[in-house]
Amino acid sequence: MGVREWFDSFTGASADELRRVDPKILADPVHVRVRDVHKSYGPHHVLKGLSFDIARGKTNVIIGPSGSGKTVLMRQLIRLEKPDSGQILVNERDFVALDGMELDAMRRTMGMVFQMSALFDSMSVFENVAFPLREHTKMSQKEIRERVMDRLESLGIGHAWSKSPAELSGGMQKRVAVARSLVLETDILIYDEPTTGLDPITTCTVDELIAEAEEKFGVTSIVISHDMASVFRIADRITFMYFGEVQASGTPRELLESLNKPTMEFILASGVSRDLIDGRRND
Amino acid sequence: MSANDADADVPDEATESPPSEGERKKGVPRDPSRAVGGTALAEPKPPSFLATTGAKLLAALMAPLSELGALAKMLGQVFFWGLRPPYRGRIFIHCMEYVGVQSIFIVGITGFFVGAVLGLQLVNGFRDLGVESQTGSVVGFALSREIGPVFTALMVSSRAGSAMTTELGSMRVTNQIDALITMAVNPVQYLVVPRVVAGLFMVPILTIFFDVIGMTGAWLVCTKLLGLDSGVFLDRMRWIVDWKDVNLGLTKAAVFGVTVCLIACRQGFYAKGGAAGVGQATNRSVVHNAIAILLLDYLVTGIVLGEGLG
Repeated sequence: MGVREWFDSFTGASADELRRVDPKILADPVHVRVRDVHKSYGPHHVLKGLSFDIARGKTNVIIGPSGSGKTVLMRQLIRLEKPDSGQILVNERDFVALDGMELDAMRRTMGMVFQMSALFDSMSVFENVAFPLREHTKMSQKEIRERVMDRLESLGIGHAWSKSPAELSGGMQKRVAVARSLVLETDILIYDEPTTGLDPITTCTVDELIAEAEEKFGVTSIVISHDMASVFRIADRITFMYFGEVQASGTPRELLESLNKPTMEFILASGVSRDLIDGRRND
Repeated sequence: MSANDADADVPDEATESPPSEGERKKGVPRDPSRAVGGTALAEPKPPSFLATTGAKLLAALMAPLSELGALAKMLGQVFFWGLRPPYRGRIFIHCMEYVGVQSIFIVGITGFFVGAVLGLQLVNGFRDLGVESQTGSVVGFALSREIGPVFTALMVSSRAGSAMTTELGSMRVTNQIDALITMAVNPVQYLVVPRVVAGLFMVPILTIFFDVIGMTGAWLVCTKLLGLDSGVFLDRMRWIVDWKDVNLGLTKAAVFGVTVCLIACRQGFYAKGGAAGVGQATNRSVVHNAIAILLLDYLVTGIVLGEGLG
């Protein structure tokens, strides 16, 4: 193996290879299967055998009250942490069993939008979005510029390319974070509490952004949220978590039809009116 | 035992405060012992003073060991990730500029005044003994072997080390380090390796600068202000200061450079608890660095000289 090949073996593990999966699998409406996932921190059993499906090309929302393990689940889904047991099957490949280069390659097919956006303060908007391209591709400066500006323009923030993240509003920071996550042609985009701490207008903008990203780039969106109003606006599928267990999972209608006591209490407590619930049930 | 004595274990209903609104809503029992079928359970005995003190003492003794272990682990990661591609030249240069070039001013100022004070003190002290001609040799010897590397490392730790901890700590608490992981970029390779390598190369270079400026400061004070002969000062310095002394100083500087950046990065990398946590991490970074520099100074000197270590 030459020096070039040796060097490429570290940097060139291609996410494209992971996308080259059997067309039968790509036709499967389920993109991610979470199976019996457990996670404990010392004596605290946080995730108690979670099992649910993430629909391909749809907006999948995971809801639940504070302390129900949503963020812990998110950290397992992007493999910031490894579950104690269980499987997370992405296109039938067990994400939990992957390690090293394979894990990195799989991560490149997924994007993550953090609650506080997690943009790099020391870089401009352009540099933030260009970062994954500079790290993982051999694109020329011109190609990088074109790709970055295309993503920024399509998300309506092309004019802000030279600004620093600190100069942007919360909603715009989220857009930049989405652009950064999508610049590598991501298949799955995970949002951690995207509307927490935002005003109602910005919340609506972020909801539109999630729908836009799904529509324009065909990604599977996984949204971790406890903002019920926002959930009912964007969700194609909802998974309701309660103290580390999945209480219900399905389309909003299915979920509302199968409401049990904790789910109903949570939904009503979060400001969603009974009229809306009954209305959605009859949709 | 009277009936009243038996009741003494049961809290008096009348004196208890009513449950809060939240507790009433959630149906949380105020007294956990009543949650089990209404039977009062024995209160768990609090640990004895001796046990608590013992546990605290053990934790205090274990803390430095655990910190050393964490540093050794991070150093291992730095070696592992530092050797494998990709090599990010631009970040290395940026870190070297940050650790080295941006520290020149503070190192220069410190070096000049340390040298000047050293010269002033030595001439005054040596005059009483009639050996002021040896001032140049002692200044050169002390600066190149001891004062140069130690002061340079302390300055780099205060200026660049604390800033590194704050930067990495802020990145940690705002999920920027997690964001790197989700983008399949190893944060140790991207953030820690360039800083440690910058410390390895730049602290020795700064030490040479410190030595030269310090010697200049001492020469200026001794010859221009205190009337010492310039030729004697420089000749004695050349006579006593050997390359071995400079090498020892530079070896120490390299060790300090790696240590300072490693401790600073480790504290920032694992900072938690928001802005307050970052502040505490920065504080720890400066303190740990100062202790490590002085400790390593003795160890490296002992190892190189082959004595003083028992």
